[in-house]
Amino acid sequence: MNPRLKNRHDAGFNRRDAKIAKIEGTALRMNLAVATFRWTAVICMCLPAGALRAQPAPANGIRAVDTPNDTGHSIDVSWQLSPDDRAEAGPHAVRGYEIARRADTPNAAFEVLEEVRAGASAYQDKKCDPWRAYFYRVVAIGADEARSVPAVTPSPVRAVMQLFNWGRGWFALIVVTVCGAILLFVQLARMGIPLKVRKIAGLAAVEEAVGRATEMGRSILFVPGIEDLKYIATVAGITVLSRVARLAAEHDAQLEVPTRRSLVMTAARETVQASFLAAGRPDAYNADRIYYVTDEQFGFAAAVAGWMMRSKPATAFYLGTFYAESLLLAETGNAIGAIQIAGTDEPAQLPFFVAACDYTLIGEELFAASAYLSGEPQQLGSLKGQDVGKTIVGVLIAVGVTLASICAITSAPRAQRVLDYLKGTVLKAAPESSE
Amino acid sequence: MKRTVPLLITAAGGIVLIVSFFVPYTESWGEDATMWFDILAAIAFVLGGGNLLRMHLRKVLQQQAGWGFSAITVISFVVTLGVGLLKVGVPPAENFPNHAWSGVYNAEESAFGFAYEYVFKPLTATIFSLLAFYVASAAFRAFRAKNIEALLLLGTAFLILLGRTFAGALLTAWLPERFSEFTIPELTVTIMNVFVAAGNRAIMIGIALGIASISLRVILGIDRSYLGKE
Repeated sequence: MNPRLKNRHDAGFNRRDAKIAKIEGTALRMNLAVATFRWTAVICMCLPAGALRAQPAPANGIRAVDTPNDTGHSIDVSWQLSPDDRAEAGPHAVRGYEIARRADTPNAAFEVLEEVRAGASAYQDKKCDPWRAYFYRVVAIGADEARSVPAVTPSPVRAVMQLFNWGRGWFALIVVTVCGAILLFVQLARMGIPLKVRKIAGLAAVEEAVGRATEMGRSILFVPGIEDLKYIATVAGITVLSRVARLAAEHDAQLEVPTRRSLVMTAARETVQASFLAAGRPDAYNADRIYYVTDEQFGFAAAVAGWMMRSKPATAFYLGTFYAESLLLAETGNAIGAIQIAGTDEPAQLPFFVAACDYTLIGEELFAASAYLSGEPQQLGSLKGQDVGKTIVGVLIAVGVTLASICAITSAPRAQRVLDYLKGTVLKAAPESSE
Repeated sequence: MKRTVPLLITAAGGIVLIVSFFVPYTESWGEDATMWFDILAAIAFVLGGGNLLRMHLRKVLQQQAGWGFSAITVISFVVTLGVGLLKVGVPPAENFPNHAWSGVYNAEESAFGFAYEYVFKPLTATIFSLLAFYVASAAFRAFRAKNIEALLLLGTAFLILLGRTFAGALLTAWLPERFSEFTIPELTVTIMNVFVAAGNRAIMIGIALGIASISLRVILGIDRSYLGKE
């Protein structure tokens, strides 16, 4: 036979065989399907309804550990997501996870704590009894409330209280170093070692400002911020008030102190009275000059600005915490030609004070004011101690910037690790609990 | 004694707050200390209100300068306090419809609510809105180009102001894509994120160190000027 015809003949036979095989295969599959359907129907009639639901695969690797750096009332539970925790799992798809716990005692049953949504792989039990051991169970819940096989922690875990929050260890070290340096310099100053503190123009002008008010026969306005006494800037303002009140008493100038908080009024009265007493002028003290206006921010600003326009004080001090009213007060003072000295711990308000006042205490100058004005060596020593803090900050900034630059340029993994540690651990005062 | 006790309270309060930050067991102590402060502040509020009333009443009675303002203050104070305490115009609460005083004192329909909404709020808004004029006058004074520094300040301020307007975007819209960083809005963002942020952080670091220093002085009793002692 011609080889070409033979090939064609063979090919025809092959195609026919394949068709027959395909028909046979289809028939076989149909028979199998029918049989499967029959058996499934039989099984369905025999089993309870609950077992028919699409049971999701369980969560794996359940782990429970004591929450670090806490008061001993919390345990962190974590697990690996069920393989069915994805939308493509169809009827098996996990809807959520049920977390239950039981105490490590005989006959204790699991009590359900909460059901978290699908995709969650951690849970924090914040209602533990300290030192009590617990087992945890995680059950994946599917559609139609189908439940997976439970995953239980292999061993019990206890919630333990830590004596020290080691997550804040680095912060504690920095605090101890800075405070230690401040105390060291205070001690050095007490021993008579001379310490040089730079001149602060705003504070050097305090005496001149009080003297000017005396010469002009006008009063001095002192606003110790608008916040309560629990704000350290208010305390700083009150400490400066003490010096200003003493100068006012010595110069026989009138001092007006409107306050926005009752407690500040009480503290300011005590301070001013003591200063007048220290100056040998207790008779000149007038409690009515230190008064409460209102707790309302703009009500206070309106009252003080109104008083300024009517009384035209020669000098105005704004030392404490200020917000939007800073410019309202400072511009009014500027309009009446008062010599103004301001300082605040709110950086956003500093430009307003700089624009409208004669002198502005920036940054730490407000907090240094009391020590500076007192001139006491031990107080000035505390200012020198701050320089150690500045050095630490400077070194940390330099190291951080260098590391960040190296990471950006070279993508060095070691530098990245050090940078991450610096940012995530050293400079993080309150790290979150590990999950 | 008069100064020793406050000094001890200050020291104890300060140390407790520091310790509570580092020792988990004492975490709630800090919260308790803050709560005590709030209680004291609430009591002092009565003191402040009493002082306000006494001072302005005296001004009115003695007809001192500006006594008219004091009269308005006293009337406003008494009326607001009265309508608030007596719950004038307050509708009863839904759960207790038969009890006239069951509603909240500052309900919208009440006299207190009316005074707050239509008297107090417009007044505070008026004072706040004055800020716009004060900002303009302060800016006019601050941005006078008297020397090189002032000129730099003026130039930067002008750039920032321009960058926040549509005109800023429009003026440099012709720049090709590769020079997009030099458009006025982008320059504004750079100035704010780099120069201003750096300056702000420097100030804040100084403030933080200053707070540490003054806190230590107050806690250890080195600085007692707030108690009136040198």
